[in-house]
Amino acid sequence: MISQFFVLSQRGDNIVFRDYRGEVQKGSAEIFFRKVKFWKDDGEEEAPPVFNVDGVNYFHVKVVGLLFVATTRVNVSPSLVLELLQRIARVIKDYLGVLNEDSLRKNFVLVYELLDEVIDFGYVQTTSTEVLKSYVFNEPIVVDAARLQPLSPAAIFMQGTKRMPGTAVTKSVVANEPGGRKREEIFVDIIEKISVTFSSSGYILTSEIDGTIQMKSYLTGNPEIRLALNDDLLIGKGGRSIYDYRSSTGSGAVVLDDCNFHESVRLDSFDVDRTLSLVPPDGEFPVMNYRMTQEFKPPFRINTLVEEAGALKAEVIIKISAEFSASITANTIVVEMPLPKYTTRDHGSFFVVADGESTQIVGGSEHTLRAKLTFSQESHGNITKEVGPVNMTFTIPMYNASKLQVKYLQIAKKSSTYNPYRWTSSFKPLNDPEMASHLNSSNLFALLLAALLFISRNGVAGSRQLLEKTEPEIPEFPKPNIPEFPKPEFPPLPTIPTFPKPELPPFPFIPNLPKPEFPFVPHAPALQKPGVPKRPESPHSASSP
Amino acid sequence: MAPPAQAHRSPSPSQPSGKGEVSDLKSQLRQLAGSRAPGIDDSKRELFKKVISYMTIGIDVSAVFGEMVMCSATSDIVLKKMCYLYVGNYAKVNPDLALLTINFLQRDCKDEDPMIRGLALRSLCSLRVANLVEYLVGPLGLGLKDNNSYVRTVAVIGVLKLYHISAPTCIDADFPPTLKHLMLNDPDPQVVANCLSALQEIWSLEASTSEEASREREALISKPVIYYLLNRIKEFSEWAQCLVLELVAKYVPLDSNEIFDIMNLLEDRLQHANGAVVLSTIKVFLHLTLSMTDVHQQVYERIKAPLLTLVSSGSPEQSYAVLSHLHILVMRAPFIFASDYKHFYCQYNEPSYVKKLKLEMLTAVANESNTYEIVTELCEYAANVDIPIARESIRAVGKIALQQYDVNAIVDRLLQFLEMEKDYVTAEALVLVKDLLRKYPQWSHDCIAVVGSISSQNVQEPKAKAALIWMLGEYSQDMQDAPYILESLTENWEEEPSAEVRLHLLTAVMKCFFKRPPETQKVLGAALAAGLADFHQDVHDRALFYHRLLQYNVSVAERVVNPPKQAVSVFADTQSSEIKDRIFDEFNSLSVVYQKPSYMFTDKDYRGPFEFSDELGNLSIAAESADNVVPAQGVEANDKDLLLSTSEKEEIRGATFNVSGYSAPLYDSSAASVQSELAIISSTSAGSAPSSSLAIDDLLGLGLSAAPAPEPASVPPSLKLNSKAILDPGTFQQKWRQLPISLSQEFSLSPEGVAALTTPQALLWHMQGHSIHCIASGGHSPNFKFFFFAQKAEESSNFLVECIINTSSAKAQVKIKADDQSTSQAFSDVFQSALSKFSV
Repeated sequence: MISQFFVLSQRGDNIVFRDYRGEVQKGSAEIFFRKVKFWKDDGEEEAPPVFNVDGVNYFHVKVVGLLFVATTRVNVSPSLVLELLQRIARVIKDYLGVLNEDSLRKNFVLVYELLDEVIDFGYVQTTSTEVLKSYVFNEPIVVDAARLQPLSPAAIFMQGTKRMPGTAVTKSVVANEPGGRKREEIFVDIIEKISVTFSSSGYILTSEIDGTIQMKSYLTGNPEIRLALNDDLLIGKGGRSIYDYRSSTGSGAVVLDDCNFHESVRLDSFDVDRTLSLVPPDGEFPVMNYRMTQEFKPPFRINTLVEEAGALKAEVIIKISAEFSASITANTIVVEMPLPKYTTRDHGSFFVVADGESTQIVGGSEHTLRAKLTFSQESHGNITKEVGPVNMTFTIPMYNASKLQVKYLQIAKKSSTYNPYRWTSSFKPLNDPEMASHLNSSNLFALLLAALLFISRNGVAGSRQLLEKTEPEIPEFPKPNIPEFPKPEFPPLPTIPTFPKPELPPFPFIPNLPKPEFPFVPHAPALQKPGVPKRPESPHSASSP
Repeated sequence: MAPPAQAHRSPSPSQPSGKGEVSDLKSQLRQLAGSRAPGIDDSKRELFKKVISYMTIGIDVSAVFGEMVMCSATSDIVLKKMCYLYVGNYAKVNPDLALLTINFLQRDCKDEDPMIRGLALRSLCSLRVANLVEYLVGPLGLGLKDNNSYVRTVAVIGVLKLYHISAPTCIDADFPPTLKHLMLNDPDPQVVANCLSALQEIWSLEASTSEEASREREALISKPVIYYLLNRIKEFSEWAQCLVLELVAKYVPLDSNEIFDIMNLLEDRLQHANGAVVLSTIKVFLHLTLSMTDVHQQVYERIKAPLLTLVSSGSPEQSYAVLSHLHILVMRAPFIFASDYKHFYCQYNEPSYVKKLKLEMLTAVANESNTYEIVTELCEYAANVDIPIARESIRAVGKIALQQYDVNAIVDRLLQFLEMEKDYVTAEALVLVKDLLRKYPQWSHDCIAVVGSISSQNVQEPKAKAALIWMLGEYSQDMQDAPYILESLTENWEEEPSAEVRLHLLTAVMKCFFKRPPETQKVLGAALAAGLADFHQDVHDRALFYHRLLQYNVSVAERVVNPPKQAVSVFADTQSSEIKDRIFDEFNSLSVVYQKPSYMFTDKDYRGPFEFSDELGNLSIAAESADNVVPAQGVEANDKDLLLSTSEKEEIRGATFNVSGYSAPLYDSSAASVQSELAIISSTSAGSAPSSSLAIDDLLGLGLSAAPAPEPASVPPSLKLNSKAILDPGTFQQKWRQLPISLSQEFSLSPEGVAALTTPQALLWHMQGHSIHCIASGGHSPNFKFFFFAQKAEESSNFLVECIINTSSAKAQVKIKADDQSTSQAFSDVFQSALSKFSV
């Protein structure tokens, strides 16, 4: 039960403010912003997502630089409120296409409309983009995605999440295409964050992959979808120690430690053939989150060496070797290394080096970066302890460290010509013109790489690396993104994947295919659900076919 | 075209000041109000948008209320919605004008479009104007019966809104029973969920005044309702699932089959991607299995993987919420998580609030097998650019050192910190080395060598400086230049800003003087003189005290200032176990994040679902005084033991402690030593002096009676009570919630009894003599409130009593709840006879 919800800009202006219960004073937004802004002065680094001022509990999440805040006086479940805030942000993004300060300001009436239906008197009613469609009458004013302000490097690191950007699509679920048509599309991304720590001898100390299969659906009529994962996928370690690497190599099977699923996912046949069936709700959502500590090959290795050159000088050498196939190129690479506060050369305590004029690294290549540092005070011989860790972010299309794959995606289109129950044995005709699907398996990646330096106790210098992978902030689409299959190793499947369609123009996939002219009605999805807004029956029941 | 965007366009802050713009709007709206021109709705939309955006940025636009209402006669739904939003916001300050809106809202409530009906009903109920409630009852009644589920969901919440505006109107219209009927019969899950939220809120607020409401509230957690909701759990939205699970967590099943049925049913909720659902499910699992130790442990094993997945899959904010809960579980059962310590390693880009939690967990899970790796990792963080985290990591290393037997390697690491020559690292390390020496004096030689080489000029932080000075005083015999360092520090007396440091300096100089008099005499004089002249009262007093002590007798002074010390074995825990248990009871709430029970941060009116435990919280819990007397038997408790609630553990330890006589090591603090003296009396004189041992028992709060069993004559033979009954507060609360009231009676107190009730303590001792134990008590004259419990001698059947005594009327109101209803009358007789015997 929450009392108020509001969204603040980076400067602390109210963009939307909704009071549901009148239990918290009106000035709460200012109290909140002041507290967050001056948190550092109280000796802490950063305001925690939940805090209490004078009996009022403030919850906030940061999304694209905006603060989504909820207040309450009641002792509620913190994870419920924080999940809710994140979800509201996602629903708003689904409707606006692009979520940023500009789009929010332009569409604040629509956002109020959404908020009215999402929460009533502090109680959550629905957060389903789908259900909300029948209540929302404002049309989104679309903001051009290209006008997105470039994020400062710091901002990229603030958002340590791999969830947020994810999808390459910046299209509203309710807006229609310029031609008045609506395109039937579904996007699937596999996004992985890798963390690896090496010892000085190159031995892996810890390694973990946190991954998400993310889906964004623009399909009308809520067809059922089947998503097939690797046949040999195993879940759970069966009592083996998580860090027992010897036994996990060689077999080739992908072993996940644990995973969880979106509520629309049905696991009836998951144990048998590793397929997930779901009726995708509209908008963006994670189909599955997973965690893996099985051994894998990190895409990069970083060796860092810091040499002291006199009392006030040092040289940093960073060697990066790309350990993936030469046919793949990693791009948008940023290498970052925090330096001691008393460094005089290089502005501030950070410096960023890009590899020459381009920020691309081809698989199998090796690059070395050198930088000279000057200090204003003596380092007492501990400089190696004080610099680092080295962080690296990058994107590698068509690469996925966990080897988890979506083998195929099958859409059962319910229409009068097809028996809805026969879809398992049949599949959509290849030339069905109204359906186009994109399956971007593992083409959106960024890795964060970090190497910490240390001198071990007996004085031997070594380096230790921390690799981490998140996905990029900047949407990639439309760009040449090649759906994963047909892949050379693709096994002949009993069911032929719905796509790719041989007749289609070569990839990159061009969106404007000839489609049957649908008299698109913006507010009333009259085609699929005749007369929804006027219908006497509940919009709630409409969601369950 | 939102004005904020306009403001953005022009560089100077052209935030509308209000007045002019508002009157502009007013006249524009007035022009549009009567017009029926085509396209009028679009211009209205623009104006309405402007009004709403002013409202958002905090400009008062209530002046256009009348015009807004005039313009609202429209069929355009977007306009309607904006108008409703506006009206809802300002009706409260304009109750007269709000009356104008009633008309069109009521008309809309009968619209043929369910969407309009729902919207109008919601807005009608959101007006928050007390004198309009009469207009709400009719539409609400119709709304609850509407054939459209959207209208019903709105109406149910509308009832709750009505209750908050005017509770009597809501009750008189008989809405709560209607909601109950809907809850148990409506096909739409969201209607059911809203009914549940509304009823919980209404009945909780009513419960304080109405017996019936409190019975209804308890009926919500009865088996039929719980089973009905559980059977439908998959129909509910994820948010409603949380609501239901929260309710299920309060349910107390009758037998273990039921427990396993519920757990099997909810098993798949642990795979949900929504952290809130998973945490609510975990709460149910944990609470269901509290009394089944092995299953409880299996639950911990089972929930580990889902929790770790949630931690790594969400945004930092979401993982923080989950991590806080993981944190409390790790603190309760560190051994279960000992092998997962690598998950608690910090990543450089995590926010500091996440890192802090992880560091605490790393500290907690350290044991013989993983200490080396954990400490190695922590040492990496010590050089971190993030200084607060670097400090925390050093402290964590120190804590691990203090809890381990084999500290050899760790001491080495700490000493290395001292050599890093970074002021904050040195400062933290010094404080730790000091604590370490207090616990392990055998390390003094290694440490002193390093500490001696630190220049006191490089240490600025008061805490660290005080620690350094303490070591100089304590080990002056081993440190060559201790007197000279102290001398230079004394010379800079004037420049020393911290009184704490000056106090330590005085004491250190004294200690040094006793060990090396010739070298220190001169410094001592200077220090005492400076101390006497000090403007700080404490410093002045201490200097004066030392001065007179030395004048009186030097050897006595030595015995006072520098007596032989015994190593400290356990440093006082900051948080009492009772509080920790209470936080655990409130799992999946803010209490976990704040690490405080809810009564510490929430106003009474807003306690919500936890009101019962809060009631107990305001009373003084008898066990509270036990906090400082955790015996230091170390980590000998076996694994299962660790899973019991911490206060339960204390009771068990307390038991061995009483039997084996006093064996706890010496404490530093004087308070503890007073208690240990008492404990000695208790073990030697138990039995011979029943009254004193009773008093001691209560002080120790062990809930164990060392008193002689009550004379059989005083207890009717029909019911024998267990004189050593044990019940922890958590179980008490759970049972109290679950059991129905089997007897509610009023007794008279004898005048002597009233006279004796000057302090509630007297009654507690008296009742304990009759094997009726107090678990919580409180209140001020003339009203006192007690919670008692008793157990049957042969079986573990409990009686729970709430007893409210009013001394001015000499009446006691007693509510009895019993596991075994048939014996409650017999118990009531026992209770009454015990109470009637109470006198001075």
